[in-house]
Amino acid sequence: MSGDHQTLTLLLFSVVVAATLAITSWAGRRRQGSPEEFYAGGRLFSPMENGFAIAGDYMSAASFLGISGLIALYGYDGMLYSIGFLVAWLVVLMLVAELVRNCGRYTLADVVAARLRERPVRIALGASSVTVSVLYLVAQMVGAGALVALLLGGSMGDAAHTWTVLGVGALMVTYVCLGGMRATTWIQIVKAVLLMAGALTLTVLVLLRYGGDLGALLNGAAERSGHGADFLAPGLKYGGDWTSRVDFVSLGLALVLGTAGLPHILARFYTVPTARAARRSVVWSVGLIGSFYLMTIVLGTGAAALVGTDAVRAASPAGNTAVPLLSLELGGGAGTRGGAALAAVAAAVAFATILAVVAGITLAASAAVAHDLYASLRVRRRPAAPQGRREEVGVARVAAAVVGAVAVGLSLLAQELNVAFLVGLAFAVAASANLPALLYALFWRRFTTRGAVWAVWGGLLPAVALVVLSPVVSGAPHALFPGVDFAVFPLENPALVSVPLGFCAGWLGTVCSRERADESRYAEVEVRSLTGAGAV
Amino acid sequence: MPIEDPWCHVDGAAPAPGAAPNPAPEPARRNGQPVASASPAHAAVYLTVQRSAAFQQMRRRYRRFVLPATAAFLVWYLAYVTVATSAPALMARPLAGAFNVGMAAGLAQFATTFLLTWAYARHARLRRDRLALELRWETQDMTRTAARREAVS
Repeated sequence: MSGDHQTLTLLLFSVVVAATLAITSWAGRRRQGSPEEFYAGGRLFSPMENGFAIAGDYMSAASFLGISGLIALYGYDGMLYSIGFLVAWLVVLMLVAELVRNCGRYTLADVVAARLRERPVRIALGASSVTVSVLYLVAQMVGAGALVALLLGGSMGDAAHTWTVLGVGALMVTYVCLGGMRATTWIQIVKAVLLMAGALTLTVLVLLRYGGDLGALLNGAAERSGHGADFLAPGLKYGGDWTSRVDFVSLGLALVLGTAGLPHILARFYTVPTARAARRSVVWSVGLIGSFYLMTIVLGTGAAALVGTDAVRAASPAGNTAVPLLSLELGGGAGTRGGAALAAVAAAVAFATILAVVAGITLAASAAVAHDLYASLRVRRRPAAPQGRREEVGVARVAAAVVGAVAVGLSLLAQELNVAFLVGLAFAVAASANLPALLYALFWRRFTTRGAVWAVWGGLLPAVALVVLSPVVSGAPHALFPGVDFAVFPLENPALVSVPLGFCAGWLGTVCSRERADESRYAEVEVRSLTGAGAV
Repeated sequence: MPIEDPWCHVDGAAPAPGAAPNPAPEPARRNGQPVASASPAHAAVYLTVQRSAAFQQMRRRYRRFVLPATAAFLVWYLAYVTVATSAPALMARPLAGAFNVGMAAGLAQFATTFLLTWAYARHARLRRDRLALELRWETQDMTRTAARREAVS
């Protein structure tokens, strides 16, 4: 990549950083320091705004660059992977969004604790929410470091990587601490608009190249991929031995059930005034996310057809540069001004994507620490006093900085490691710990505190333990510790085992409890969740 | 609205003979301390609303749509993923030119997701929203009245 290109890319990155900081200072200007402001952005976003923000929160750089890259390298299997991310929204839409909006205030634990004993439930769900957030955050930040180094041309080596991780960490903590949910939301909206516009432009350019003939595009991709017709059928990536096939089913289960348990996604429903608005924002986001993944199919096959699978793999073995290379080609080819400009724009969009996603996750993690863990673990005092709630926001700001520092530290440690499994693991923990507790609390009359605590720990601990015992940690060439071998669990994603375990533990804990479920408190949760009575 | 007056049975310690089957609800406690809003009268409001015909009808409408739909799309997605990984040859069967069974199934996943989203939103808008809003105001009125009576007594 040329020097001109690098200068332009750096310039656009600076524009992105300046714009997000401007949004933060604008959003932080009129802050009153109330939890309502900090965690929920004042709850007055419109469904369309929140729909864009949800899409912005959800579509990471891994989606924009990673999935298009997977499609460019493996064809059909890349698309197979992306579908789980979309279908998951039906779970969110039908079972979770409106009910969570009606019952909760700021976090996932609010909903579950509403009818149970607060302390143990908040501690368990706070711990699992922080775990999910940190796993997801480390995956994003390691990816960000590698990506920015790659997008800038890779000439700066490890130092660029380290500085990128530090810079991204500092920026995300700044957005969250100074701007809270309002700044985070606007950053996500701007990012979603940029991402959709960028993807749409590239898609139109690819289709124009082929005169709108999708058949010609598919045939061209199959031909230049070197796989022929196999490129358009499943099996190139996930079709190895039976273990890897079962592994993919496990990953699919994690994706489809995990989205509804991601703390940063659930927090988004508190930014709109009513359950109806929450529903309409999910409808917006399904439209946006669905059309985005449809466009990645065109982008991925376009990269295979126009750049060639071998060239994509040569630039980055995971395919992450497929979209920048495709833009270079569409803008006029290497060495042209148009090509360099378009590639720089694609890189800047990817950078904006990274910043928005990590900010959303950091905010959710800080809410889980301050609102759930700190509020439950500190010496008990009267909780409802206004200065106590102000104090909680202060704790949340500190928590954001601490979570940011932990994530930066872990990302720097993991810099050289293959952390691709972390996204799947975050979804698996969310599906096996958060989702059972949430669904039982909303739908099961007899559910008890012990059931909730067992569901969370019974999903969280097996999920993490199984990954530690899996080939991603030891015993395989790409493992974190390739030198040792204690991999007794064959699958890389634990969801196929840990999700049923989480649900079973919740059931078992409930039937074993000595206390009976409180009828009237379940009545309150049910009435509130379906009607919105008493919702904040 | 067919919600009967909730105040006829909850005040006395022992229900009158022939009273409605409302059990005297225990005061809810959080962290061992009673929560300001969780008085017996407050709890009784929610039990009354939960047992009202209007609420039962709305819950039935919600569950009748959501439970079968969730089962259907989960089975359809897991079947798709299982077939794609275990029988790639079936997915590779061509339909028209480069377009094969796998492509059709994948695009059908997109289509069913969009369709179910639209159907759910429409169902909620036409069949549930009005009922929910009426129940919400009704319930909030009842909890306010309950709080006022408690403050007086």
